[in-house]
Order: sequence, then C-alpha cells, then structure tokens
Amino acid sequence: MFRPAILAAAMAAAFPAHANPELAALRAELKEMRTAYEARIQALESKIQQAEAAPPSQAARAQPADAAAGNRFNPDISLILQGRYSQLDNVGERRITGFMPAGDHDDVTRGFSVDHTELVMSANIDPYSRGYFNMALKDEKVSVEEAWFQTSHLGHGVSIKGGRFLSGLGYQNEKHPHAWDFADNNLMYRVLFGEGYGNDGLQLKWVAPTELFLEFGAEAGRGASFPGSDRKKNGAGSRVLFGHLGGDVGTSHSWRSGVSFLQTKASDRKGEILDLDDAEVETKFTGDSETWMADLVWKWAPDGNARERNFSLATEYFRRKETGLLSCENGRCGAASKGDYRTTQSGYYAQAVYQFMPRWRTGYRYDHLNPGSVDFGANNANLPVSNAHPTRHSLMLDYSPSEFSRVRLQYAKDRSMTGLNEGQWFLQYVHSLGSHGAHKF
Amino acid sequence: MKRLIGLFLLWLPLSSHAALNVFACEPEWASLARELGGDDVRVYAATTAFQDPHRIEARPSLIAQMRRADLVICTGAELEIGWLPVLLREAGNSRVQPGQPGYVETAKWVALIDKPAQVDRSAGDVHAEGNPHIHTDPRNLLRISAALAARLAEIDPPNAQAYQKRGQSFDARWRTAITRWESRAAPLRNQPVAVQHKSFSYLLRWLGLREVAVLEPQPGVEPSVTHLARVAAQLQATPARMVLRATYQSARPADWLARRAGIPAVALPYTVGGSDRASDLFGLFDDTLDLLLKAAP
Repeated sequence: MFRPAILAAAMAAAFPAHANPELAALRAELKEMRTAYEARIQALESKIQQAEAAPPSQAARAQPADAAAGNRFNPDISLILQGRYSQLDNVGERRITGFMPAGDHDDVTRGFSVDHTELVMSANIDPYSRGYFNMALKDEKVSVEEAWFQTSHLGHGVSIKGGRFLSGLGYQNEKHPHAWDFADNNLMYRVLFGEGYGNDGLQLKWVAPTELFLEFGAEAGRGASFPGSDRKKNGAGSRVLFGHLGGDVGTSHSWRSGVSFLQTKASDRKGEILDLDDAEVETKFTGDSETWMADLVWKWAPDGNARERNFSLATEYFRRKETGLLSCENGRCGAASKGDYRTTQSGYYAQAVYQFMPRWRTGYRYDHLNPGSVDFGANNANLPVSNAHPTRHSLMLDYSPSEFSRVRLQYAKDRSMTGLNEGQWFLQYVHSLGSHGAHKF
Repeated sequence: MKRLIGLFLLWLPLSSHAALNVFACEPEWASLARELGGDDVRVYAATTAFQDPHRIEARPSLIAQMRRADLVICTGAELEIGWLPVLLREAGNSRVQPGQPGYVETAKWVALIDKPAQVDRSAGDVHAEGNPHIHTDPRNLLRISAALAARLAEIDPPNAQAYQKRGQSFDARWRTAITRWESRAAPLRNQPVAVQHKSFSYLLRWLGLREVAVLEPQPGVEPSVTHLARVAAQLQATPARMVLRATYQSARPADWLARRAGIPAVALPYTVGGSDRASDLFGLFDDTLDLLLKAAP
C-alpha cells in the first residue's frame, strides 16, 4: 500500500542536492499521497467513532452459524415448469406456406402437453467472469440451450461472451419461451430460426459512454443452426452484427430500437416441403443466407411505476435473401433434381401488452409474412411458388398470482397455411422455482 | 469517415477532470450522495419516490448511466434483485462490479431486522437477508453517511478532505435533527398502526410505534378484498390509530381499510421526492413526523 511512498522517499534520499524538476515533482507527489492517506485514516477513525456512538441495534450482531455453509458457493439454480392445453385442428405437419421449414421445430401438440422444462444455473466464476447454463428437457430429449461465460472485468463498456448462447440480434431472440408474452412463437421467428437463433461462438459487445444508450455487438460462430448448417470446417460459419439505441422520454416512457444483420452459409440444409402435386419432397439447399432485422420496443408505465399498470409495444421486421442451389428428391422431382435457388422474403410482427391492474395483463399480436420472390430455377416445374401472405391474429389474457407464476389463455386466428383458417385456443402455465434471475428490458 | 469519427469523439464526454459520476439506485442514497459530495459529484437517481424499488425495468437509459458510473450506491439485501444484476451485467463497467470500491450496498453497513427464520416462496416475496427499507430509521443514516464519506474519499483521493468535511457537517446536523425529531415524536410512542407493506418497520421501531396489522397477506403480494376484510375484523379486536402506506403504493387497499375502520389513511413520502416537502433527507423526516403527528391526536 505504502510502497510508492517508500519508493519516492528512497529516491529523494538517493538524489539529494540537485534541484531538478523531476525531484520536485516526486516531492509534490509524495506530499499529495501523504494528505490522501491522512484523509483516509481520518475517515476510518471517524467511522469507528460513529460506529461506537450509534445506538446498538436490536438485531443481534452475531449471526447464527450458517448450517448450509458448504452450499454457499453453489450456483443460483432455477427450474421453469411449463405446460399447456391446446385446442387445434388436425392438420398434420404445420408448414408455413411459401417458406422453408426452419430446423426441427416441434409441432404444437393437440390436447394436454408439457413443454420443455428448463433448468438454469448461473454464478460468478471468479472476479473476472460469470457463467450461465440453460438446459431444456422434454421426454427423451435434452438440449443445451445455452452454456456460456461472460467477462465482467474488462471495463470500458466491453464484454466478451463465449460458448453457446442466444444471439443478441433482434429483440425477442434472447428471451427463452417462458419469458414470451404469448403462448407460442411469432411467425417471423418461426420462419427465421424455428425458435431463436442460438450459436456456438464468441460475442463482443461494447456500450458507448453516452447519455443515450448505444450498444454495438459482433458475433462469430459455428453457424450450425438454421438458416445455416453444420459444415464441419475451421473458421467462422456465421457472423452477426447488431446495434441498439435506447433511452427514456420523461419518466413514464422508455424505448429501445435496433438493427441486426446475420450472414451465414448452408451446405445440404435439409427441408421437407410439398411439391405442385401436394406430395412431400425432400430438399437440400447449398448457398448463402443473409438476414436483416429491425426492432423497436416502447414501454409505458405511469410515473415509471410498472407495478399497477404498464403497457409495452414491440415490433420487429426482417428481410432474408438466400442464393445458391436447391436439390429436391421424391414426388415430381424424381430421383434428384438440381436447380438454382434465389429468394427474397420478408415479414413482421407487432404486439401490444397491457397490464390493466396488478396481476392481470392482456395482449394482442399480429403476424404478417411476405413470401416475396422465390425462384427455384430448373425446379420451377416441380415446386410451388406461393404469393399468399401468411397472417395470424393472437389475443391473450394472463394472470400472475405472483412474480413466479403465470397462467395464460390465448386465442389465435391462424392463416399461415393455404386453405387454413383456424381458431386456436391455448391454456398455458409457466412456473419458476428457485432463484429466478432478472429479465432484460 | 474521418470527420464522422471526429464528430463522434466530440460527442463523447470529456471526463478526465469532471465530477465523480454517482449512480444511486434509490432517491435517499442520491440525496445522501449530494450531501456528502457537493460539487464534486454528479448524482443520477435511478428511481423516484413514485416507483416501487422492488420492480424496476432494466431500461436502456439505466444501462447507459451505469456504464458511466464511478460509484454505484444501492440498498442491497435483495431489494434491487430484479433489475440491478441486469444493469451491472449489460453495462460492462468494471469499476462498479460487486467487490470493487465503486460498488456500495448500504444494507451491509447496518443491522437488518425482520430476517426470516426460514426462506420459502410460499411466504411471498421474502428477503432472505432481512427488511431492506433501512433508510426509514435516521440513525441508520449516521452509520451509512460515515462509511459513504470514507468510500467517496477512497475512490476520489484528490477530494478526500472535502468529503470528510461535508461528512462531519452532515453528521452534526443530522444528530441535532434526530434529537429534535425524537422529542417531537414522544406522543407517538406505543401508538398502534397498520401498514400496507413492511416499508416502515425501521421507522416504527425508532419511534416506538406498534405495528398491529399488515395489509399485504404476504410481502409483495397485492391484498385481496377477502384478506382486507379479515384485517378489518382483526382491527376491531386490536384497534390501530392509522393506516400507513408509501406514496408509490396503491391507495386503494389503505383507503378501503381506513374507511372501514374509521381511522385515517396516511400516505408517507417514504423517500426523498415523495412529497413537496421531502425535497431532501431532512425534509423527508420533517414531513413524515408532521403527517404522523397530525394523524395521531
């Protein structure tokens, strides 16, 4: 602690007589240090005095020995229980018309079902970083949704995340299903990623030291998940860039907006669609995929107090371009038919959620997709090109007996498949056990 | 491009010799930081007296402020558990991470009461470490101000003496004020009161008021009509002189019960900014005492 002072004193003794400016500077520094330390000692002394003078507290100072001392360093653990009852038409495979199916997305089950049970653990690893783990369990399937470390000591607004994580692109992407405002995913994220875009890789994030919230992020990853595919190669298989801007308007309003870009490649990315004869064909896509996304969130609470009433509005838009080769098998395609593949597709969702009294919220969401331009090249003779716009209206009402539980009723009018005009009912519960971490904006 | 970068750099704050940026989670700590820091600090209060400190959104504006903070002053004891961890994680500011000198939890400097013997969520939104509403006992502020002045001196050594001087001045004025408040509050001793949430446990203990009923069935759980009716019946057996609530809490339950029991409902400012007169810590207690004395004949 006093080492610099001793060093300075030693140097002053070693080079005495010369009145050089360096020495003067050192002396000044020494003096400055001495006053600083004196002030600190004074502070500590007065602190002790005051502690002695202050009235003794009733709560006993001596805490009872903590029986669970051995568990003190265990990570925070939480478990999410989710289940539902769904009233749906029997339509078999649910493929959104005009779009390639995104990954092995689970179909919604009719009747009673239990959704993924999430097990979450997190803790500081050491003074330099923290770790987070999220596992989804369902029947015989266990999937590691997230498993990452993030630095906490770099400072200057910089943090690095590494491992498997949900990408920072878009707005909803980092939210796990239990934190969604509706019982099911919006159509935009369903066609883009299935559920959300997760990746194995690295993320670099920087928050600017400005009054307005300004954040930039870049990610490089394996790119194995849809719209990319695992290409088993060195280097980065996908790249993500995103920027966020946000702030307050008065004490009652706050907002955040963002722009994101995802660039990845696919090699023999499998998909199953229907051909012109409505027969199932298997497709394989090899090529480039680029996605632009824009998002805006606006939240309101009277005087900024969200406890009684609050309102939030969220909307996201995407535009995806894919170019390359598409081969198809079976049905009209026969053994194998290769053709150029070129698409530009877009879509958006907009949702509003209103807590009109403590515990009760209601919300409305509108989904709209535009199949845009699809060119199958040589396969135009085999595969259908749709110009119908899939849409859906959803209305929900939820009740939260406490911060840790929620029951939700949702009705949706789904027109996301040709010939389908379905009324859907969901009754869903989400319960959170244990130390549930704070949610993001 | 070069000009763009230049413009961007100009836009960044020039902060080599600027005042210390203090991020206060609650208005009471913002006010205390202003008392001790004077012109040497620039204080940002993350919440107002009209917001429930348990339930704050981790808004982008708060992340931006956290990013620039040299010192973060919060209550701790899990009061801010729903939002502070997100701000600390997202802001990427190493100076104010827990364990660093730039991170202060005032609850660590005082002894907490209402520490639950058993922690289980069936008991509502309980705080395992104890009741976090520590600033409602002014004697706690004596300890906290001394420790905070020392901490300010530690992270801003060039101004160390100024912090100490202001600390001593505040200490002297605060002790005088406590004596004044205590003598004024003598008639309140042993008066029975009902409270909406356990926000005033420290205040009641200091003034010797007796808490005979709590409107919330469990901490943080909104009272239902059936529960309020039960409380009203309970108050017939053990009457209370008044029903207390904080300004940020809904007026409905306290007003309903007050009408039913024929006693006054009192909205206390709870923290700095909670009423016109509570513009600083001194005003907060002046106003609180006036309101209590007015309600208790």
